[in-house]
Amino acid sequence: MLVTDVEGLLRDLAPQVLGALVRRYGDFDTCEDAVQEALLAAAVQWPTDGVPANPQGWLVTVGSRRWTELWRNESARRRREKTAALLAPPDPGLVPAVDDTLTLLLLCCHPALTLVSQVALTLRAVGGLSTAEIARGLLVPEATVAQRISRAKQRIRASGAEFRMPPPAERAQRIAAVLSVLYLIFNEGYTASSGSTLHRPALTTEAIRLTGQLHAHLPDHGEVAGLLALMLLTDARRPARTHPDGTLIPLAEQDRSRWNRQAIAEGVGLLSHTLASTPVGPYQLQAAIAALHDEAPRPEDTDWPQILELYELLHIVAPGPMVTLNRIVAVAMVHGPEAALRQLSDAETDPALAGHHRVDAVRAHLLDIAGEHDAARTNYELAARRTLSLPEQRYLRSRASRRRTPPPP
Amino acid sequence: MTAEASVKYVILIYHNPTAWDALSDAQRIEIGRRHLALADNLAASGELIVSEALADPSLTRRVSVPEGRTMASDGPFAEVKEYLAGFYLIECESIDQATGYAAQLPQGAYYEVEVRPVMDLKALLEL
Repeated sequence: MLVTDVEGLLRDLAPQVLGALVRRYGDFDTCEDAVQEALLAAAVQWPTDGVPANPQGWLVTVGSRRWTELWRNESARRRREKTAALLAPPDPGLVPAVDDTLTLLLLCCHPALTLVSQVALTLRAVGGLSTAEIARGLLVPEATVAQRISRAKQRIRASGAEFRMPPPAERAQRIAAVLSVLYLIFNEGYTASSGSTLHRPALTTEAIRLTGQLHAHLPDHGEVAGLLALMLLTDARRPARTHPDGTLIPLAEQDRSRWNRQAIAEGVGLLSHTLASTPVGPYQLQAAIAALHDEAPRPEDTDWPQILELYELLHIVAPGPMVTLNRIVAVAMVHGPEAALRQLSDAETDPALAGHHRVDAVRAHLLDIAGEHDAARTNYELAARRTLSLPEQRYLRSRASRRRTPPPP
Repeated sequence: MTAEASVKYVILIYHNPTAWDALSDAQRIEIGRRHLALADNLAASGELIVSEALADPSLTRRVSVPEGRTMASDGPFAEVKEYLAGFYLIECESIDQATGYAAQLPQGAYYEVEVRPVMDLKALLEL
């Protein structure tokens, strides 16, 4: 079996194995460390020795042994006494009938944790990624990730949270927190891949995989399906989003033949099904907008009036600065740049938008469409100075330095 | 909608040497205690990446490489009004949150605190 196949298998099994151990021993913190060690052992042994007949049973057995060792060390240190019976490794054939992925996701995205800790813990405990891989993905030192994970587990323990489904009254809110974390992981992965970043694991792919697992557990949850569709429909454009040197290509200039048709079909299929059967939410609306872009064979075929309608809805359901700005871009495409520029001036009075670089970027874009290239250049420069994204900064600078902008499609 | 991405921020701490020299030992110990408390809290929340206090500015070495030759000059440099005394590199959801952490640091005439976002490689622009 190829190393990459083994890695995929291990990541799929990680939450099940962790669930099995936590059910048996009840102690999430040590169990999580034990599973991580079992995964590392398998990643070394399986590519050379072959995959065992019952891979999950193998991992549960090795994880249990590790747990016993860790627990013994811990208990020796604390001079605690427990009966030896508890330390007996479980029967490897005993695999839980229930899939624990959802329970684990909810625990990792526990409200006692900060967002950065939720992300790191989810990637390790549910995603089965190693601390080193997470560090490379998030562009932070490995020691930081290790610290985030160990402190997050301490906090979970201190908060008294247990490995079980939260009561129904809390469930909706807790699932919403999981969706935020998964969306953030997706966006963390949205890094322009130039040479220096090639070795980063694709967090976009990981986010799609985890959201897919969540969707398999909650097939009737409209926003889970909506988020999965949004990710698929956005990620489908990845092959066309950047030049080989990592610089950004805006939507209207992308080579649409390079978009991933299979991902688009999958996203559209998910979305049509969920829109027909569940109440509409913000992720579904964003996915519907992404779908309208993806389904246009050429930029000029884009159904902007419908996109504008969807942004109006989104503005009601989940208002926010980015929704406001994207809606204004749609206004420009439907009613012309002058109307959009007027609305942008009004929107700017909102403190959440004042001084935000995307206001400058959108104004520059609108002025460009309106043919006011000098004013556009000034605003592109302003936006380039204020953005925190290096690829975006390169893009905005290149716009600012362009002599003339081709007429809009 | 919630945060689209987490951002790194650096909290920069500048000291005014004259005002700093005028502090009592008890005051300096209290300042140190406040720093440790913030670093502990940020480590516990997983938001701290690194924090360091810098050595005395007289130990600074200036480096230049004219025509490929490395030139380093030691101090003393002209007396500065303020110097960089330490920093925190953190990762959190918003600059307001980062500002809140910076506000937990000791305040005073000897002191100036700045918060600045760190550039990243994420590419979120969709126009």
